[in-house]
Amino acid sequence: MADVAERRDRSSFARLFEHFAPRIKAYLIRLGTHPAAAEDLAQDVMLTVWRRAEQFDRSKASPSTWIFTIARNRRIDVLRRERRPEIDPDDPALVREPDPPVDEEVDAAKRHRRLREAVTTLPREQADLLRVAFFEDQSHSKIAERFGLPLGTVKSRLRLALAKLRPALEELE
Amino acid sequence: MPSFHPQEELLLSYATGSLREPLALLVATHLALCPSCRREVERLEAVGGTLIDELEPVAIDDRTLADLLARLQDPAVDRPAVPRARSEAVEQRLPRPLRDYLADGLDGLPWKSMGAIKRAELLKGFPGFKTHMMRIKAGTAMPWHTHEGQELTLVLDGGFTDGERHYVAGDVATADPTVSHRPVADPGEDCLCLAVTDAPLRLTGPLGRHLNRFIRI
Repeated sequence: MADVAERRDRSSFARLFEHFAPRIKAYLIRLGTHPAAAEDLAQDVMLTVWRRAEQFDRSKASPSTWIFTIARNRRIDVLRRERRPEIDPDDPALVREPDPPVDEEVDAAKRHRRLREAVTTLPREQADLLRVAFFEDQSHSKIAERFGLPLGTVKSRLRLALAKLRPALEELE
Repeated sequence: MPSFHPQEELLLSYATGSLREPLALLVATHLALCPSCRREVERLEAVGGTLIDELEPVAIDDRTLADLLARLQDPAVDRPAVPRARSEAVEQRLPRPLRDYLADGLDGLPWKSMGAIKRAELLKGFPGFKTHMMRIKAGTAMPWHTHEGQELTLVLDGGFTDGERHYVAGDVATADPTVSHRPVADPGEDCLCLAVTDAPLRLTGPLGRHLNRFIRI
């Protein structure tokens, strides 16, 4: 990712594509996108990755997180035909952290691995629900309906899942 | 720093992308004003990144990469357009993304007066949602009302009191159908808010019941 941002290195970009494009396509298909449209959109997402590579901040997110947010937003723009309201990090009206954390070298790969491990320790019903929340464009009440669960159960399972991931997530700081 | 935040499930739905645009606008505008919710959304997005990484990949046609690499040479695609800066004072204090929805500034909105309260509808065309900018005159009380759905109010300027709670810029007040309430704007300055309901509100006072027929808000 750094090679793509700093040196505009095309072969690094091709490797990034080979890893991420098939996953973005899978993500879009999970969300109900037709495979041909998912392929076009995955290409489009990777083009955005190339164009915005220098905005990628590795102290904030892993490449997969950053690419996930681009894919999520492009899908909303293109397939749901809605704007995706997002903050602008350079907006002078943005309220900043009172004591910004000291910039320290972070091992993004290690953080990412910890989170992956934490996801595998989730009870199945919590992990399944978390995937549905991310991969199906549905409100929590629609999810409850589909699973035949009370809304409260869906909410509490999601809350429990996130609480279990929290130690790994907080190490992301 | 704000003291009242959107519920966790709203932040999650914002992070997953399932939130519709009216609520997403309110959440994102709160995020611009609230570093702690911003951090929370970054954490939730990290979960999304992890989940996408472990998805079973779906094969991509070789030509898709070749075609994309060819497009990278087009210099026109290299730089995103820089949004032009605006200069009006009030608007400048409003954070993006909300500012982007006010192309003609606050004064360019279709304000309608209901006594000391002015409302202007934004984002029409989302059935089931009502999105308004609201301006409540300093020291004024809103009429008593309840909601059929949930109402979220983000304070942008000034403040208001609702029962025991005092809301100021950046705070999100959440009212559900069980409460009938009567927010009162702080004295001294007008209160500017962004309000999103997912069902129409109903006035509950004696005068309010009469007004319901007219407002259709």
